[in-house]
Order: sequence, then structure tokens, then C-alpha cells
Amino acid sequence: MVDYFLNLFADVSWLAAMPAGAQFLLAALLAGLPLFLFVAVNAIIAVYAERKVSAFMQDRLGPMGQGVGLHAGKWGLLQTVADALKLILKQDIIPALADRKLFILAPFIIFIAPFVAIAAMPFNQHILVADFNIGVFFLLAVGSVGVIGIILAGYSSNNKWSLYGAMRSAAQIISYEIPAALSILTVIMLTGSLQMQEIIKAQSGTIWGILPNWFIFNNPFTLLAFFLFFIAGVAETNRTPFDLPEAESELVAGFHTEYSGMRWAFFFLSEYANVFIVSGITAIVFLGGWQSPIPGYMDGPFWGLVWFFSKVVFLILVMMWFRWTFPRLRTDQLMRMCWKFFLPASLVNILGVGLWDLLVN
Amino acid sequence: MTESLDLELGSVQTEEMVLNMGPQHPSTHGVLRLKVLTDGEIVTRITPYIGYLHRCFEKHCENVTYEQVLPYTDRCDYIAAMNNNFGYAVAVEKLMDIKVPEKVEHIRVIVAELNRIASHLLAVGTFGLDVGAFTPFLYCFRDRERILDLFEMLCGARLLYSYIWVGGLSHDLPVGWVEKAYEFLDYFEPQVEEYNNILTFNKIFIERTADVGVLPQEVAISYGVTGPNLRGSGVKWDLRKDDPYSIYDKFEFDIPIGTGVVGTVGDCWDRYYIRVREIEESVKIVRQALEQLPRDGDVHEAIPKKIRPPKGQLYNRTETPRGELGYYIISNGKPIADRLKMRSPAFTALSCIDEIARGWMISDVFAILGSLDIVLGEIDR
Repeated sequence: MVDYFLNLFADVSWLAAMPAGAQFLLAALLAGLPLFLFVAVNAIIAVYAERKVSAFMQDRLGPMGQGVGLHAGKWGLLQTVADALKLILKQDIIPALADRKLFILAPFIIFIAPFVAIAAMPFNQHILVADFNIGVFFLLAVGSVGVIGIILAGYSSNNKWSLYGAMRSAAQIISYEIPAALSILTVIMLTGSLQMQEIIKAQSGTIWGILPNWFIFNNPFTLLAFFLFFIAGVAETNRTPFDLPEAESELVAGFHTEYSGMRWAFFFLSEYANVFIVSGITAIVFLGGWQSPIPGYMDGPFWGLVWFFSKVVFLILVMMWFRWTFPRLRTDQLMRMCWKFFLPASLVNILGVGLWDLLVN
Repeated sequence: MTESLDLELGSVQTEEMVLNMGPQHPSTHGVLRLKVLTDGEIVTRITPYIGYLHRCFEKHCENVTYEQVLPYTDRCDYIAAMNNNFGYAVAVEKLMDIKVPEKVEHIRVIVAELNRIASHLLAVGTFGLDVGAFTPFLYCFRDRERILDLFEMLCGARLLYSYIWVGGLSHDLPVGWVEKAYEFLDYFEPQVEEYNNILTFNKIFIERTADVGVLPQEVAISYGVTGPNLRGSGVKWDLRKDDPYSIYDKFEFDIPIGTGVVGTVGDCWDRYYIRVREIEESVKIVRQALEQLPRDGDVHEAIPKKIRPPKGQLYNRTETPRGELGYYIISNGKPIADRLKMRSPAFTALSCIDEIARGWMISDVFAILGSLDIVLGEIDR
């Protein structure tokens, strides 16, 4: 998209007269703006969906509009918009004993990670902000930047609950990145490419003429890799049953206890952006991205968008289902699960996929 | 080089961190403050600080008449106000040697057991919340709501009833209440299965609670722990069976005890599961009491015009959802008690927390605290 804007600038005389650096900056900004809007809108819709989904699971109604006029809109549709407005208008509080600079910096770092990651995510055959040749690798690398923000937030708040949350989060996210990356490695072994579009294109066609040729159906090892990656992904997004860093009944609110107003909203935005990214990567790598579930039918760019988003929404709903069903694990149990089960399983998986590729294909 | 590095590492100072849990904390079940000494995430010592909800209950009792004490008993264990009224009414009746009519006894047992169900639902739900499961909490509240609706129909109040008076009840059963109660029981009985499916036998829940915070029998007895917490440790002790008051000896029900199905006897899971099973037993009692309930009779019949017990003293204990609730009353023949002491079951339950939570992780402290099911209103009084 940046290239697209640069080409556009070349045709406009006063823009073309600008120095190359300024042109690039402008193009990047123009490409980034829709991304920012996307992240914000995603959070608003996801929060509303989460409220409604949890409400239906718990025999409640969730947010509902009441009376005449715009209270919270019909079916509470405007509830999250109202909340967002409230958060913007709220007083910004920085604790007196906090490490001011780091306290202000932390939400930005946390937000940047998912924001940049979405740039590398193909929504359909054409819509993709930046098609890196190291796409998957880039997503995983950028995904782990967020943990720095969490540690900074926990440390700078000068609050013991925040510190505990940050400590837990650091251990958790770093641990679960390893099985997540190793699970994706199985797919990379089969495609031989790190580029997102290449990985999706490798999933076209069918298996035995019935199933779509998605990697989840490719062989038993990739099926296992799908589950390993998705669960590790849920752990990376800090959601129940892995929500130890912010465990509301233990650590008050974990690493963001001291944050309020818009700074807190950034944590919230990035949480839902992360949920989107984990679901997106899972959909791209294992569920064929924008590929149609009935290969050969409804394959156009528009349908690509529809398929991609329906897969992502499905996975997001599964994550919400997890959240409202399971209790929370304990720190040591979480670590045990990662190092004693997930890591060996994903290593065996790599071996298995290698053998499968050698013997079957 | 190596030597100097060793020296450097050897001189690294590590110290235990003091963590103040509460009084403003989402999981302390009221205004409780726990001073927790932690070594990393491991808890090395817990000191409970209580008194944030102290309202001078016992001092009040020395200054108001016996009738006026009743609303205060509501506010002690506000989760199970009926049971608190019940205990107080029985104590004063014993002191005055009043015999209450059969109908009153039956209604008392019905409302007390319904309140026990409501209280255990709250305990089960918030325990789920303490280990991070949100949905069971709302399931429990959904069903507790129906019990509160029944009580509202009965006496107009939803939390603090003051329904059981000395010698009788404040109101007779309204028309259609018995049918409503049956309707509730029919609806409620299958729901217990739902709690078991979503929480009790959930793998993560068992991981979190089995073998955690084991309260051995001897420790439980030596601390004076009673109620579901004691039964969770495998001691079959329930005043409704072992020292029957009112008409509890007329009903058939079991006393569930902890057997360590998924872990050790006396762990958090056992204490939790006792409550789930007691809900089932209470349903049985309510059904029997509803069937035997005499339809006519006046609930105000035995209420004395003036409560003026003879000189003397008495300790009476009853089984509330939290355990043995005792009232020790010294009367000097006046309409105001000379001294009234309340023995709170939640207080003894909280006192053993250091013993059983030491060495566990911070997350476990909340599980253990939740499994003890304390009510601060009763501890502080």
C-alpha cells in the first residue's frame, strides 16, 4: 500500500517535488491511518460482541438500549461507543510515585506491536499493507514486542499487584512463543516460504476431491500443530484460562491496575487487536486464509475478504467461548503445561511433518 | 574472576515482600485485610487483620431489648440472615421455655434450609470467581435470585429478613407460597448437575483446587472449625443431626463429608463439593418439611407480649451454612440482656488460614480463602 501511494504521488507535481523521505513518510501515514481505524473499530465491535456473547452464555441480556432516544442504542449497540467516549474524556491519572516516563511509554509500546503486525496480514488476494518475504517471521517477532510494554507498565506503576502481573506476563508470553513458533514451522516446512500470500496460495485445491487443501487437513501432525498454535496463541493474548497477568480476582487488574482513561484504553485496544491477530494468523496458516472452503467456488477478491473474516470471527468466538467457560490456571501449572507438554509435542510435530513430507508426499 | 563473581552473587540481597491484600480487593469477600509475606509467588506467612466492619453488635445487645436484637442478627451473617434469626430465636425461647407451634417450626426449617441453599450458591459461585471462572457465578446468582424472590414474597425483604421472631414468625405464609416453593424445587434440582458440569468436574478447576490448602482433621478440630469446612476434612459433625434443635430430628437427610475424591481429604475441592452436596440435602429437607407442613395454625400464637427471660444463662448453638453459630446469653431478669456473646463460625474458619495457606502460591490464597466461605459481617460483628 505504501508503494501504491508513492506511485500516486509521482503523478502529482507538488507532491513529487517533496524530498523522497517526506514522501515516504506521508505514504506510510496514509497507509497507517486505515490500519489505526481498523484496530479501533475492531476493538469496539469485539468488545460489544464479547459482552453479548458472555451475556448469552450467562443467561443475561448484556447491554440493552432503554427508553426513548439514544441511551445505548438499540440492543445496546452504542454501548462501546459510549464507553470509548467516556474513556477519552476521563481524567488522566499518573500515580505520584510512578516512574513517569516509562508509565507514559508503556501503553504505546503495547499498542504498536499488534498495530504493526496487522500490516503484514493479507485480508484477501490484494488487500495487504506490506507483503514481506519474511511475513510469518515478522508477525511472530513483532508479536513479542508487546511483552516489553507489559513489563514496563508493571514496573513503572510502582504497585505490587502490577509487578506480579508483569512478572507473570513476561514468563508466560516468552514461554508460549516457543511452541507457537515451532508449530508454525511445520507449515513453513511444507510450503518452503515465509511469505503470507505464498502460504495461502499453497493451500489451494482439494484433498481427495472433498476437503479443501488447508494445512489443518494436510496431515495429522499439522492438525496437532493447529491446536498447539491456537492454544499457545490464546496464552499469548492473556485471556482466560491464561489471563494470569491481569487475573482480576487475584491481582486486582494485574499490570494495568494503575492505568485509567485513554492510557488504559490502549491496553484494551491492543488486547482485542491481539485476539484478532492470533485468530488471523491461525486462519492464514492453518485454515487457508482467504481460500474458499469449497475450492473453485466463490473465489473472487470479495469472497476472499468474506472467507477470511468469517474464519477469523469463528476463531474469535471460540476464544470468547474459552474465556467464559474455563477457570484460570496457576502460574506453575501454566509453565508446566508449556515446557513439559507443548514444547515436546511441537518438537515431535516437526519431526513428524518432516517424515510425512519425505514418505507420503 | 570466578571467585569474585561468586562473591558478588552471594552478596545479592533477597528479601520477602509484604503484600497487603485488601481491605480494598475484589476477592477478600468483604472488607478483610490480609498481610501476606511473600517469597516470589510463594506465601510464607499470612496475618489476617479484621475489624473493618465492626459495628459493636454485642455492645448493642446490652442496650436494646431482646426483640430489638433480632435485626442486628440479620446483619451479622447477611448471606444467611434466616439462619441467624433462627439461632437467636431458639436461644431466647430456650431461656424463656417457650414452645412454638408445629407450623412455625416447619416454616422455620423451610426458610432456614432455603437460605442455606442461597448461601451455599453464593459460596460456590464466588469460589468459582476466585479461581477465575466467571460463568458459574452468574448461574448461581440466577438461581439464588429465585430464592430471594420467595423470601420477598414471604416478608418483603430480600437480604435482611428479621422473619423468625422469638416465639413465632413475623408473617404467615402468603397464599400460593407453598406452590411457588415446590415450583422452585422442581426447577432447581436439575440445576445442580449444571454446576457440576461447568465447574466441579472441570479439569482446570480440579487442578486448581485438589490437594490445595489441605485442612487436616486434627487441625480443624483444634482451631474449632465447624460446618462445611470441618465436614470437608472428613469429620461427620452437623448439629442438625448430632445435637438436633427445632424439628430437624424429624427429617431424613445425609451429612456429606469430604472423601478426597480427586485429591486429599480436606482440600479446597472437598470443602467446595461439600457445599454442592449440602444444597442437594437441603432440597430434600425442604421437600419433606413442605409435605408435613400443617396448613392451619397461627404463627403469632406463641409470641410473648414482653420478652423478659428469668435470671440465668444459656449457650445455644445451631448449624448455619457456615457452621456452628452460638449465642451465649446472660439474663438478670430484665427485658435487656446483661451480656450476649455470639460465637461466629466464620471467625474460627478464618483463624486457620495461616496454617493451611502457608507455602502455597498467591493464587492459592484466594482459592483457600474462597473455600473457607467467610462472611466478614459475622467475623467483625
